[in-house]
Amino acid sequence: MKSKVIVITSGKGGVGKTTTTANIGTALAMMDKKVVLLDTDIGLRNLDVVMGLENRIVFDIVDVVNGNCQLKKALIKDKRYDGLYLLPAAQTKEKSAVTPHQMKNLMNELKKEFEYVLVDCPAGIEQGFKNAISGADQAIVIATPEISSVRDADRIIGLLEAADLRNPKLIINRLRSKMIRRGDMMDIEDILDILSIDLLGVVPEDEFIVVSTNRGEPAVTENNSRAGAAYRRVASRIMGNDVPMLSGDDTPSFVDRFRKMLKLAR
Amino acid sequence: MVLLDIINKIFSKESLNSKDIARERLRLVIVHDRATVSSEFITLLKEDLIKVMREYLDIDEEQLIVNLENEEDSIALVANIPIKGFKKVVNE
Repeated sequence: MKSKVIVITSGKGGVGKTTTTANIGTALAMMDKKVVLLDTDIGLRNLDVVMGLENRIVFDIVDVVNGNCQLKKALIKDKRYDGLYLLPAAQTKEKSAVTPHQMKNLMNELKKEFEYVLVDCPAGIEQGFKNAISGADQAIVIATPEISSVRDADRIIGLLEAADLRNPKLIINRLRSKMIRRGDMMDIEDILDILSIDLLGVVPEDEFIVVSTNRGEPAVTENNSRAGAAYRRVASRIMGNDVPMLSGDDTPSFVDRFRKMLKLAR
Repeated sequence: MVLLDIINKIFSKESLNSKDIARERLRLVIVHDRATVSSEFITLLKEDLIKVMREYLDIDEEQLIVNLENEEDSIALVANIPIKGFKKVVNE
């Protein structure tokens, strides 16, 4: 089994790291992969509520690292998908409760059991960030089409490369095609031009994300969510499938659907 | 919708879209961010520069100054290298 540790990071807070981790992880599990989601945001855990698993937490990442419990006992099995697990962050400890070395060991341990270890990184570039990237094989950088977010993404890309995490991949989140057409939002080209990294996917702004977070059910489980569809395509790309980028925001536009109807597009 | 966009563009007083402003501001801020490099980087660069220049020139290493300077929209490598003599004579 070839396992991969993928860290999802952004620098700036609130751009969708946790939502992205939950959705990519769930989408991979929907395609029968064995996945564990690792919340490294110690003190501010949220992946549990986004996944709807907050009531099942007994042990957390700090318990495991300190040897208070076995790794298996701390893993929470998802209620919908067999191969999907969560290792929650501690809520009452400090970020320094875990060292990068301990985190790396933990990730290597998880690699033995799972095909994908998805690491939800805290905002910022301090210890929490260093912990999260310590055992990663690959990094995904999330940015929204705003100056502050793209600037922080640029900084993060520099730090990832300095830590020998080469070729991070970019997900552009919360894209609004209407604003782009109006000339009031930077488009995909603008962002790629500045960051010069590979694009993994584009997720459109979608109100359904709020609804799905309210319910604790990732948007990928809902067929009609535009963001959910985009995340499913991202997950498929992570599995190595060649999923072409669609025009605009990576969800089928009217023209795309029309083309498909005429069988002009694959 | 497209027609409306065109009409809006013709009658709007601003010549730049807000996204063009964002892109330009972002470009500048990132140029500056990337220029704030560690002193270790400068030291390494300096050492390698000296290594190459020694092949051709007799330089005053004590007086050598290498720095990255931030201009408004660009970064420049500014070096002041006092030369004491030439080592190799190329084409006489």
